[in-house]
Amino acid sequence: MRRDLTEPPVVWAALLAVAVVFLAAFLVLPLVAVFAQALEKGFAAYVAALREPDAWAAIRLTLLTAAVAVPLNLVFGLAASWAIAKFEFPGKGTLLTLIDLPFAVSPVISGMIFVLLFGRQGLLGPWLGAHDVKVIFAVPGIVLATVFVTFPFVARELIPVMQALGNEEEEAARVLGAGGWQIFFRVTLPSVKRGVLYGVILCNARAMGEFGAVSVVSGHIRGLTNTIPLHVEILYNEYNFQAAFAVASLLAFLALVTLLVKSLVEWRSRRAARPVEAAREAA
Amino acid sequence: MSIEVRNVTKKFGSFTAVDDVSVTVPAGELVALLGPSGSGKTSLLRIIAGLEAPDAGAVLFEGEDQARRDVRVRRVGFVFQHYALFRHMTVFENVAFGLRVRPRVARPSAAEIRAKVMDLLRLVQLDWLADRMPSELSGGQRQRVALARALAVEPKVLLLDEPFGSLDARIRQELRRWLRRLHDEIRLTSVFVTHDQEEALDVADRVVVMNRGCIEQMGTPQEVFEHPATPFVMTFLGQSAVFSGTVQGGKAFLGPLAVDYPDHAHEESRPAAGYARPHELEVSRIENGGGGLWATLRHTSPAGSVVKLELADPDGRSLQAEVTREQSESLQPRVGERLYVKPRKLRIFVER
Repeated sequence: MRRDLTEPPVVWAALLAVAVVFLAAFLVLPLVAVFAQALEKGFAAYVAALREPDAWAAIRLTLLTAAVAVPLNLVFGLAASWAIAKFEFPGKGTLLTLIDLPFAVSPVISGMIFVLLFGRQGLLGPWLGAHDVKVIFAVPGIVLATVFVTFPFVARELIPVMQALGNEEEEAARVLGAGGWQIFFRVTLPSVKRGVLYGVILCNARAMGEFGAVSVVSGHIRGLTNTIPLHVEILYNEYNFQAAFAVASLLAFLALVTLLVKSLVEWRSRRAARPVEAAREAA
Repeated sequence: MSIEVRNVTKKFGSFTAVDDVSVTVPAGELVALLGPSGSGKTSLLRIIAGLEAPDAGAVLFEGEDQARRDVRVRRVGFVFQHYALFRHMTVFENVAFGLRVRPRVARPSAAEIRAKVMDLLRLVQLDWLADRMPSELSGGQRQRVALARALAVEPKVLLLDEPFGSLDARIRQELRRWLRRLHDEIRLTSVFVTHDQEEALDVADRVVVMNRGCIEQMGTPQEVFEHPATPFVMTFLGQSAVFSGTVQGGKAFLGPLAVDYPDHAHEESRPAAGYARPHELEVSRIENGGGGLWATLRHTSPAGSVVKLELADPDGRSLQAEVTREQSESLQPRVGERLYVKPRKLRIFVER
């Protein structure tokens, strides 16, 4: 531990203690409790809870939702951050505000908006009904709601990174004869790689874990429109705690993997960017 | 390949960055665009490169209009002020970039690319750093990598934007001598932008002095230094003593000085100013021949190849003079004493 701080040891020891106690009480303990509850009746029961058909359907639906929402928001995030960081256009401020909208609005309200738009009594309801397209209480609604709730993640992560980079490297590539796509794939994308990874990780975590918005549009049809979080809620309400925690442990596990990948990315980029003072004298 | 800029104008909103500028850069020359910040020199360079489109006027390479040619196909080498190296690529990959992005038919083989890149890195004396990342290099090394990268595409002209702007003084001086030698070796038509008059006079074959989007003067370093066309060029290219006053009937009355000025024989009086460089001021204890003024010595800086004297004229205005060490030793100036200062050469500009 570094001791080259000006504060007396008592102060930093106290700060450290507060941080550790807080972390233990609010993060580590619940996490341990989730896994403890999930494995309460042994490993066989744990596996059985996951292999139960409705649970399995919920897992598949969650994976499908994330598989649609994350790539969509990756493309959107790249396009939006590129436009915002590199160009001046009217309405830029408005676009920035709109990107933050899903963060500002409660997910439940987001879900309600989709019901109002696509529900049977909604704005587009009659037209959708006539064409036999079901959005609300069906998979499309869940995907739509998830895409909406998670769309700020990639864009928000990339905008500051792109703005900090400026235009010079791209201009240099252009002078050297590179075309638009070559510039994007060889210069822009690699230099924001870390931001992209970050955004995707966070976007994915939220897409799989979203509850509020999905809950409103899903209709909770077992085996059909239940995602993992919704399935956990149902099991919990049925006092089937062991199964509820077993399924919940998947999300907890996802959170751990997310954090692990995130710190791995940070660690690797710190190593790549280490400045070397050598070779200076030869300038 | 010669460059011709013909009546180019560029506006950013209501600000005119480049105002009806025409310049010709003969093939194989190294030309400096010199001016203070905001004088339009970088805008002009970017217009030549094709990174910026002029609002009016034309850019011609070897007589050929470049207006319809995108920066991608203009074959210019551009070195950015802050290097703009690709930070996620090694030095080798940075230099190879221009070759790798060529369409398949025009792309050299991997072995050819390797040979070419290593040749260029040897040219800039950095072949031993090929596998480093840009973040591991010093400023001077990065600048040289940027130069090698620009040369890799075999440009027809080389454009450099404040190439030494962000380096410290010693490396700056080394690198500019090196750039001059390199230019003598490869003879590529080159234009570089700088705000440092010493750099421009030291390196360039020809200097273009810019101010407020217009060209004040073009010429060899000696021409612009010895025969400045405007008061701006005079003051921008170095320190000078200014004597303001009027011209009338073939005479100039500039504060304490009165000298002949046959160029203005009119009886009508016009405001004017006379300029002299510090080394053109003669300093003595006697009034030899007149045509000078008495001033009080305030401070001397004896360090260096010349001795700098700071004097104050009767009105209290500061006056800088430079004398050789020998002169200083025979004169033995003392702070506080009155000395006679006489411009050996005076450039008079009449206000229009």
